Parts: sequence; structure tokens; C-alpha cells
Amino acid sequence: MSNSVSDENPFGSKTGSLKKVKNSPQALFGLAMTLLAGAALTISLLPLFAVLSYVTVQGFNRLNLDLFTKLPPAPGLSGGGIANAILGTLMTVGIASLIAVPFGVLAAVYLSEFSSGQIPRWVRFATNVLSGVPSIIAGVFAYGLFVVNMGGFSAIAGGAALAVLMLPTIVRTTDEALQIVPQDIRWASVGVGASNYQTVLQVVLPAAIPAILTGVTLAIARAAGETAPLIFTALNSPFWPAGFDQPTPTLSVLVYKFATVPFQAQKELAWAASLILVLMVLLTSILSRWATRQKVY
Amino acid sequence: MISDNHSAQSESRSRSGAEKSLDEGFIWLTRILGIGVGVILLVIALTVAYRALPAIQQYGLGFLFGSDWNPVKEEYGALPMIYGTIVSSAIALLIAVPLGVGTAIFLSEDFLPLPVRTALVFLVELLAAIPSVVYGLWGIAVLIPIITNIGKFLNGNFGWLPIFSTAPVGPGMLPAGVILGIMTLPIITAISRDSLASLPPELRQASLGLGATRWTTIFRVLVPAAFSGIVGGIMLGLGRAMGETMAATLLIGNSNQLSASVLAPANTIASLMANQFAEASGLQVAALMYTGLILFIMTLIVNILAEWIVSQVRAKYN
Repeated sequence: MSNSVSDENPFGSKTGSLKKVKNSPQALFGLAMTLLAGAALTISLLPLFAVLSYVTVQGFNRLNLDLFTKLPPAPGLSGGGIANAILGTLMTVGIASLIAVPFGVLAAVYLSEFSSGQIPRWVRFATNVLSGVPSIIAGVFAYGLFVVNMGGFSAIAGGAALAVLMLPTIVRTTDEALQIVPQDIRWASVGVGASNYQTVLQVVLPAAIPAILTGVTLAIARAAGETAPLIFTALNSPFWPAGFDQPTPTLSVLVYKFATVPFQAQKELAWAASLILVLMVLLTSILSRWATRQKVY
Repeated sequence: MISDNHSAQSESRSRSGAEKSLDEGFIWLTRILGIGVGVILLVIALTVAYRALPAIQQYGLGFLFGSDWNPVKEEYGALPMIYGTIVSSAIALLIAVPLGVGTAIFLSEDFLPLPVRTALVFLVELLAAIPSVVYGLWGIAVLIPIITNIGKFLNGNFGWLPIFSTAPVGPGMLPAGVILGIMTLPIITAISRDSLASLPPELRQASLGLGATRWTTIFRVLVPAAFSGIVGGIMLGLGRAMGETMAATLLIGNSNQLSASVLAPANTIASLMANQFAEASGLQVAALMYTGLILFIMTLIVNILAEWIVSQVRAKYN
């Protein structure tokens, strides 16, 4: 509003001046719009604090050793923990990472190091479109390809679904990280006689590793919170995971299943599991934010 | 290092065949995986379409307009879910577009010092990091009681309007739409802010130099210039709202009845799948795959349009 200028005499006729008029309609309109936009920001941030504080209050008093060592209680009983779901989440996310990290990093190496012409444009486009594919479609895909063909629900099918969701994030962050590595380093490497794969594996990738690790961590944290792709791929189980080819409990599916049961002990566990998921995602987001600010180049 | 140099000179040689093929092999490996990212999209589409084939043959395009979903009689129609997906996403956009674009404008102007703005932009991004199922759990505990009270008021005073014609029962289209609105906010805000921030500073300077006020500049110059970017962000938000599953499933009430009232329970394609897939068998799996295919195509169209619009904007100003 400091720029607000009386509009009545736009070309400085005799009475015109560049004096600010505090209560002109334009100035009031500007003030009203500024207040509205500020209100939009406040309302937008409200859910963040509402969700964080509510989850913390509800989940905090269940954060004890039992939570990480015991199985969920039978309906009606109290106590127990979510140790099996924590292990199951580690299993499914582990499988997903084993698939998506090498796949994504090497695909990004292609995009940034070896590609030319129109293909990289299409691959980047496909990566963006893939990141917009609903998470439940990744689950449907893994169901159609793995659950049906392997004859049952399994941690492997769940991991495959999560891998599809992790892939675009990893490709995109690695691609960006590799492009920041200065061209001189590649020339220097080729100049001392290194071949392409030596240049990439021993020079370019190590130089970009902090940013790549950041992207991978973020993708893993997001994948751990995904529920929709796991409900009918990894399914669920009240017991310890029995193997990678068996139905596997996970934290996120446990929250979903316990969200609607009428038992207090289960609800408390759902809140505690939510708190773990939220803390994990928040911490990795903040850490990655902090890490990407420490630029190497 | 000098001695190294010496030996290197004396051992000067060209690469062996094995080294060359290793190098070639590595490039090919990355090429296959790079193109593989695009192939995965195709494989997803083909897998879902293949598994949906029995239902496609059985029901054809009439599936889109049938309003019965009855696994016992093996009658399947996706109209209530398609309707629910569209209406809940529309409610989400009604909430998220004004808030998101307003926030984006506020954060792209210099109302606040830069460090504060950077922190606020990060906080808005954190909204997108909270897992969907946690939004659902929070929605059941906090949002549904609030919205049920609002719904009672709306039904009591505006019950003659078809959209408020039923008494709120807790879960329903409105709470689901509100939570989807919260979840699409960060995308719309981020992309709108990016496109506003990437405008050339000359635009603003020229407008202010002509004597326009800040808000005249925003409405007449900046927002029109960034318009396609903002639309792209809204489309991406729409894509996310249509495919969002867990929060919708926990809040929408999962009723396969068509109802004009936003206070009544409803269903979306994603929440239908989340509810029924694990226990489905036979033709029901194919019917669910068919709904999945519909959702996939809907979000694919929206996302491709959005990506195209956003990439056009980037090309214009970079």
C-alpha cells in the first residue's frame, strides 16, 4: 500500500500530487485484500498445528517400551504394543527401497548423464505423471501383478506397490542433484582417462550423494506413511510377520484398522502409531530441508 | 604423483574390449531403467485393464451409469462412486483454491520479511507430509464432530435445498470434502506461489511505475501472467483429491447410495476399493479393477493436462 497513489489525476494536473491518501477507496481495498490474504495463510496453517498437537496429545502417553516390544492386545484387553507392525513396516519399506533406490538412481543417471534428444523430456514427463498416480492405483497394480500371481497377500507385493510410489521422488531428486554437479568435474575425470561408468560411479555420484540421500530418505519416510497401497497387498496380521511371502502388518494399516474399532486400547495404539509416523515424516522433512541448505557447490 | 604420471605414460594403452563392453553395458543399463520409468506407467495401465477385462466384457460402458453395487447379485455400477469422487473433489477445490491462491499471493509478496516467508512456505509444505491415514484418524476425532454441528445448522435452516436435505449422521460427503481440501492445499499453494515468484520482476516494476497500487498490480498483472501456472497447480490438486484414499475412506461413510445431499454418507472410487478389495473374489475383483481403471484414466487425464500446462509456463519464463 505504500505504493498507493491517488488515481483521480493520473497525469499530474494542477491539483494532482503523489501524496498517499490513507482512506481512499483504493487504499482501503488494498488493506482489505491484504487482510484476506493473511487470513488465508492463517487458515491454511491451522490444520497443520491442529493435527500435530492433537496427535501428540493423544499418542504421547502410550510411547513406552511395551509399544515397541509387544503385540497388539486382543479385542477388549488393554496394554500391548505395535512391535509387529513396526517390523512389518521396516520389511515392506525395505523391499520397496531395494527396488526403487537402484532403479531410480540409475534412471536419473541416464537422464542427467547419457541422454540426448527427445527421450529425456518424455521420461521426465512420465516421472511427473507417475508421481500423480493415486497411491491406491499402485496397490491395485501390485494386486493384479503380484497378489494374483503369487497366490496371496505378501510383504513383497506391498513393497512393490510402495516402490512404484517412491520411484518418481528418487528419480526427480537424483536428477536434480546430478545436474548441480559442475561439468568441470566430469571433464576432469574423463581427462585422466576414466571411462563413462567410472566417471559416474566414482566421481559424479559421490559428489551428489548428500542430495541423493536426502531425496531417498524423504521418499522412504513418505512410503512408510502410505496406507492405501498396502491394505490389499501386504494386508494385515495381528501376529509377528511370518515371512516375506506372507500377510504382513504395517503401522499405517494398523492405524486404519484401529481407527474405527470401538476398543479404547486399540484406539490408543492407533494414536501412538500415528505419532510415530508423523514424527518420522516431520523429522526427515526438517532434516532434508536443513541438509539441502548446506550446498556443496 | 609425479612417478604415477611417469608410469602412466609408459603404460599408455587403449581400453581393452572388456572395459569397452562394460562401459557400453552400463550406459545401456541406465538407458533401460530410464525408459523403464515410462514403461511402468504403461505396465500399470495394462495390468489394471487386463484384470478388469471380465467386468468390461460383462458390463461394458453401462458400468459407468449403473447405480447398483451389489456383490451378492453380481450387479455392479460405478455411478455413485464416480459422482462421489467428483463431488468430494469439487468441495475440496472450493475450499483449497481460495485459501491456496490467497496464501500463495501473500507468500509471494513482501508483506513479511524473507526468512519468515521461507519458514511459512516450508510449514505449508509440511501439510503435504502428514500421512493420509493420520488425517483420517484426526478427521474422525476432531473434524466430524465440528462438521456434524455445522451440518445440523445447515439442515435445520436450509433443509429445503437439496444439498442440505438430509440430517448429518457423522461421516459424509462434506467432512470428506473438507479433509481433501486440507490435503490439496499445499499443492495448490506451492505451484501457485512458484509461478507467481518466477514472473520477471519487470512486470511488477512496470505496473507500479505506471502508478498502479500493489493489489491492482496483483489482480491485473501478476495473477493474469501466472494464471496458467495457477490453473496447473489447481489441476494437480484436483488429481490428488480424486485419488486420495485413506482420509476419504475414513470420513465419507462408504455408502453406495446416490444422494444429492452433501451431508449424507457417500463413496469415492478410491474408498470403494480400499473397503472391498481385500475381501473380494471373482467378478467383484474385476469390477473393482474396472473402477480402478476409471480412476486411473480420470487422474491421468487431469495430471497430464496439469503437467503440460505447468511445463508450458516454465518454458515461457525460463
